[in-house]
Formats: sequence, C-alpha cells, structure tokens
Amino acid sequence: MNLDSLLDFSSAVLRGMTPILFAALGGYLSERSGVINIALEGMMLIGSFFGVLAALSFHGSGAPWMGFLAAGVAGGIFAALYGLFVIRYRANQIVAGTAMNLLAAGLTPFFCKIVFDSTGNTPSLPLEDRFQYFPMFLSFGLAFGLHWMSRQTPMGLWISFAGENPAALATAGIRVNRLRTWAVIASGVLAGWGGASLSICLSSSFSRNMTAGRGFMALAALIFGKWRPLPAMGACLFFAISDTVQMRLQGVPVFGGQPIPVEFIQMIPYVATMLILAGWVGQSRAPKSLGLPFHQG
Amino acid sequence: MFAIQVQGLTKAFGDCVANDQVTFSVKKGSIHGIVGENGAGKSTAMKLLYGLYKPDSGSIVMDGKPRQWRTPADAISAGIGMVHQHFMLSETETVLDNLILGVEKTAALGKINRKQIEKDLMALSQKYRMPLNLSARISEIPVGLQQRVEILKMLYRGAEFMILDEPTAVLTPQEIEELFRNLLELKKEGKTILIITHKLREVMAITDRVTVFRAGKVEGDLETKDTSVQDLADRMVGRRVHLTIGGDHPEDSKLGHTPRSGGGSLRPALEIKGLGLLRPGESKPRLDSIHLTVSPKEIVGIAGVEGNGQSELIQAIFHPNNPRHRSSGQISILGQDIQAFDTQAIKELGVGWIPEDRHKEGLLLQKSLRENFLLGQTRREQFCKNGWIRWNSVDASLKQGMEDFDVRPRNIHALAGGLSGGNQQKLIIARELDRRPNFLVVAQPTRGVDVGAIEFIHRRLVGLREEGAGILLISSELDEILALSDRILVMYSGKIVAEFARGEVDAMKLGVKMGGGHG
Repeated sequence: MNLDSLLDFSSAVLRGMTPILFAALGGYLSERSGVINIALEGMMLIGSFFGVLAALSFHGSGAPWMGFLAAGVAGGIFAALYGLFVIRYRANQIVAGTAMNLLAAGLTPFFCKIVFDSTGNTPSLPLEDRFQYFPMFLSFGLAFGLHWMSRQTPMGLWISFAGENPAALATAGIRVNRLRTWAVIASGVLAGWGGASLSICLSSSFSRNMTAGRGFMALAALIFGKWRPLPAMGACLFFAISDTVQMRLQGVPVFGGQPIPVEFIQMIPYVATMLILAGWVGQSRAPKSLGLPFHQG
Repeated sequence: MFAIQVQGLTKAFGDCVANDQVTFSVKKGSIHGIVGENGAGKSTAMKLLYGLYKPDSGSIVMDGKPRQWRTPADAISAGIGMVHQHFMLSETETVLDNLILGVEKTAALGKINRKQIEKDLMALSQKYRMPLNLSARISEIPVGLQQRVEILKMLYRGAEFMILDEPTAVLTPQEIEELFRNLLELKKEGKTILIITHKLREVMAITDRVTVFRAGKVEGDLETKDTSVQDLADRMVGRRVHLTIGGDHPEDSKLGHTPRSGGGSLRPALEIKGLGLLRPGESKPRLDSIHLTVSPKEIVGIAGVEGNGQSELIQAIFHPNNPRHRSSGQISILGQDIQAFDTQAIKELGVGWIPEDRHKEGLLLQKSLRENFLLGQTRREQFCKNGWIRWNSVDASLKQGMEDFDVRPRNIHALAGGLSGGNQQKLIIARELDRRPNFLVVAQPTRGVDVGAIEFIHRRLVGLREEGAGILLISSELDEILALSDRILVMYSGKIVAEFARGEVDAMKLGVKMGGGHG
C-alpha cells in the first residue's frame, strides 16, 4: 500500500465515520440522561431528507449550510415528539423508539413523493451545494466538546446524575424531566446532522432508507464506548474502518481469482458490530436509571 | 427556643388520614427522635416538613413565623436538610461531585471550579470532624462514609435543621457509634437534628426528646430521660409488647437451650463443604471456602454487614447448578447432594425460602394474595392436578395460613402490593411454612417490619425449630441474630471469620468481627 492509497483510505474512513459519530454523540446525551434512544435511526433519516430538501431549495446561496440547519431543526422536532411520548407520557422507550423509526421510514418517502413526485430518490445536489469536510470537523470538535462538558461543567454532572440517580438530582433542586427533554431534543439535532452528513456530504441525494441501520450502529458504538464521548468516537472509528474495508474488498479477486460474493463482504461491518457487542457489553455498565421514567414529586 | 414548631398538621390521601392534627416542637440545638410503626405517619410528617407534600391544614413555624414551602427548594433555603433512607448519591461519581450537585461554583466558561470547592469542603469536613476522601467514587466507599457524604451535603448547603430518616438501618455497630459521635458534634455546633428510627435503644441513647406516632396521630411527646424502650414500644403499638422473646411470655421457656444433638443419627439439614464462588473477570472470590452445617432443630444465624457474601451464599444454595452462583464446593440438603438440582427440585426436598428482598424475589406485587400463595407451589398435587389449578384447595390453605399468621386484611383477592411490609412478610412465611419444611432459609425476615410483627415472626421461627426444622437465618440486625440463633457465624468478605455459641458473644464483639477486625 503506497502513501497515496493510505491517505485515500484514511480520508474515506474519517469521512465515513461522521454520520455515526454525530448519532452516537446524540445518543450519549439522551442515554446518559436516562432515556433509551433507539429512535436515532429515524432521527437520522429525517435529517438526511430535510437536509437535502433545504439544500436543493437554497441552490447557490449557502445551500449546504441551510441544509445542515434544516436537518438539525427537523431532527430536533422529531426528537421532541419522542420526548413527549416517553418523558411526559412515560411510554415504553423501546416501543416508542421503534414507532418513531417506522414513522420516519414512512414519512420520508411520503414527503419525497409530495415534493419530488418520487418515493425513491430526490434529485442530486450539484457539487457546490454539498459539504466536503465541514461535518467531519464539526463532529470531531463536538466529541471533544462533549467530553469536556461531561467532566467540567454542571450540565455534564446533571446529565450523568439524571441517568444514575434522578431522585438525587431532583432533591438537589434540578428538574429531571426538563433536563431529559432537552437532552433528547439535542440528541435529535445531532442525529439529524448525522443524517445530513450522509445525504449532503458523503452522497448527493436522499434515497429511501438511506441510513441503513447506522443509527443502530451508533448506539452500538455508544455502548461499546461505555456511554462516554471519546471512547464512543473510537468505536465509530472502528466501524468506519470495517465499513471502508468492506467497500474496498467488493469485487477484489481472492482464492484463485474468484471474488467473494458481495453479500458476504457487505456483512463485515454488521458481523463486527455483533462480535463487539457480544464480547464487550458484559464489561460496559449502563446508566443505572436508563429507560426508567422519572415521577416528579 | 424552638427551631421548628409543627402545629395541627393534617394531611389526607383520599379517605386515609396520614397525619391527623400532628403537633410537636423541636428545641434548637437538640436531637429529637420520631418513632412509630410503619404507616404511623412519620414519613408523611417529614415530607410535609421538607416541602415534598403540602399540608391540608396546620402550619410549620420557624423562628416564630409560620412558613409555607412550595417545593423542597424553599425548605432547603430556609435551612432544612434531609438525609433520605435511600441515599441520594450517584455511585459512579466522586464524593466531591456528589457533594456539590445543584450548588456548583463555576469559573470562566461555566467550568466547575473544583480547586476552590475542594478547599471549602476540606475546611467544612475538618470543622465537623468528618474526614472524607473527596476524589473517591461513591461505589468505592463503605455505607457509613456514604452517609457522611449525605450529612456533609446538608452542611454544605447551610442546613441548620437536619432530618435523618432511619440513619442506622444500614450501618454496623461501629459505624453507628461514629455517626452518633458526629451527631453530637453537630449538636454542639448548635445544629438541630430530627432523627426518625424504629430502633428504640438508639432513641434512648442519643435523643433529648422523642415524639411517638401512632396511626397518624402524635401519641406522646416526651423527654427521653422520662421514658424507656418498653414504654416507647407500648405507645407505638398501643398494647404491651414483648420486646425480646425469652422474657415473660409463656412460650419463651423453650428458647435458648442448646441444640439437641440427641438424635445423633439425624442427617444435617444443610451441609456445605468448601463452597467457593469466583466469577470470571473478578479478582476476588465472592465466597471463599465456606464450611457450614445446620442441624435439625437448630437455628444458625449468619451475621455480617450486607454485601459480604450473604446474598451469594443464599443464591448458591438455591442455584447450585449454575456456575454464576457456585464455582466449587459441595452442598447437601437433608442428606441429598444437590449439586445438579435446580431450585424447584431443591424446594421439593422440603426446603422453604424466605428471600431477602420480598418485593423482588418473594412476591408479585401486582397479583392477588391467592396467586402469590400459589407461587412456586404448582407442583403440589394438592394445588394443581392434571394441569388444572385447584383454586378451592389453594384458597382453603391460604385462608388457614392467613388466620395462623394474622395476615391483614383477610381478603384473598387483595393485591400483594397493597399490604404493609409486615403483612407481606407474614404472607410469604405462611406460604413457605405451608409445606412444613424441614429446612428453611430466612434472609432479613423483619426488614421494614413493625415492632408487633417482628415479635410474631420471631415466635414463629422458633416454633418451626421446635417442630424439628433446621433454619439458616441471615440478618444484618444484630438483635435478631442474638435473640434467635443457637449458633452464630460471622461473614466478612466472602468468608466465615468467626463462630460463636449462643450466649458466648455480645453485639459489640460481633460488630468488630463484622467489620473484619480481630477483637
């Protein structure tokens, strides 16, 4: 492997990890505050569609920025809906999260049909309306920022208390459910950005169900990283490497000139996820009150 | 001079009047005890004081002015602090972070100013002589120190009036002494302390005044020096209570004689040889070569601070075939090697199990009493035949059991969750004793149970022993261990570190052993 191809490979890995890193950081905020978030997948999907929609509408005038903004807002609103169900009305977080994912999977083609008269794809964004590296740098910055926040600020302390012993936080005079709601909304904004990095940075359009399980991989990375931002980032890096390897191995002849069937190659990231979760989760401890609604007063 | 006067406080939940015209006063700079059975209204009164509930009528007077709290924050800013029975701490965070939660001092960029805070906290802990390692995580420090964190937390928020809810329930005798020293120190500094407890001896030891609650009302407001443990117990229950079996009760003459090994050929009820448990990934064994025998007609008590392997021991006895619960050693029950048995098979040998956490392991709270009574008994032909439940037979046994064990209310369709702790426990005991066990494992039988019910449960356990059963009693209540056991073993750090015959040892000596000392 020469230097050029190594650089090429690294750049593909780093860009490729951006979507799940955003989502994993979003998951960090929500889960550390005590709310399970399997709806990350749906939030990403919403973000990827509205990102493209806004970028197309603002062609030539800051399109990618508007796209990112819209993706964050849409993801945040979608997450607020989730927060309403599980925090205010104490719905089961797994069931409500699944419902949100199904909702996003249905809503995005539906909107796509209304706007573009196609349930499959949006038109492509021209190159100048897309991001090259900005989302990647933003996600890296956020990972370090959240790491700092978690250790150095009252907000970081409150978030981890909300997930560990919410009653302690409440007796210290802080409103647990309000804090959790904002954490969930913030996770939607980040997951929305993750989706937008997929659609307006890594590719040039929205296509149906384009997140393809990345929200769940983000969740796996978060668990693998023991619910902490920087280790989760490391896990995202690992997934991105296995994904990039997967893409490069497609069609490469091995074993006497025969390529491995592409279906098997494409399994690599998912198999890696399973192995890691099976091997590591035992040693990773979830926030104690994760998934438990808090009854105020 | 009063720190707080409570005047005619009344609070009802639906038809149930939890506090009825509650009136008492707490002198500034004193330690004031609140005693009463479960459901007597102590907790409600404290929640009213702390602003968690709003009173229907009546008032709280502080410094001569009537006060009203909208939320606990109002009470806190008026100088009231509370240590809850379940600590309000996060195990994964440091002592320092737990202390400052909600009152963090920040520097530039909203960064918590830990250096400055550390200095303040060190000064505070020196002033009150309560040293703490601020950088340790809560999970790394013993319960006694966790409680100290809670007390310092109140002081850091400037509390002058402190409420402690059952502060000694989880402590060893040494830790209790330490706590009392700290409380006296606080009193000397002019703080006012309100302590809620059901341990009457401690009330006598540390309080200046005591208020007795019964059925939502104040039953007595007394100077501690004018009362006694017996007097307080009688006022709490509303009748004469026999505090220690072994006293003047006619049945008690049976108590306390040494185990009869008369039938020398009798198989031991329980025999454990070299039991060990080392879980993968853990460096320290949770159980370390335990040897233990329980003879028929014998109560063996296991004393120890919680978390020293008692729970693991019980789990190993009932799940011997699961490597998560037993990694080495032999267990036989009533002469049978049970190595390969599952829980069901073990219980069918004639083994009863009263688990330590009745909510988690003993009962289904959302189910009726009859369903709970049937729980685990479906293999008995008397109750289930050919795949059908014989409810008539279940109900008959249950009614008999409720009669024998005085479970109230006598409604077989009531939900288990609606019963008081004492009645829940009596239901479990009725169930486990219904099959006339030859060997019984009892863990924490009287935790959270009223004085009256404790007396009853103890008498029943002794009665079962008299019928010939062997009993393994695990309890963190030393009084209970001392009152019931024919032999006492002390567990510390997964090992049995001491053994005493009945009458050979007192609470102080046991306490030293429980803390791992060599006294």
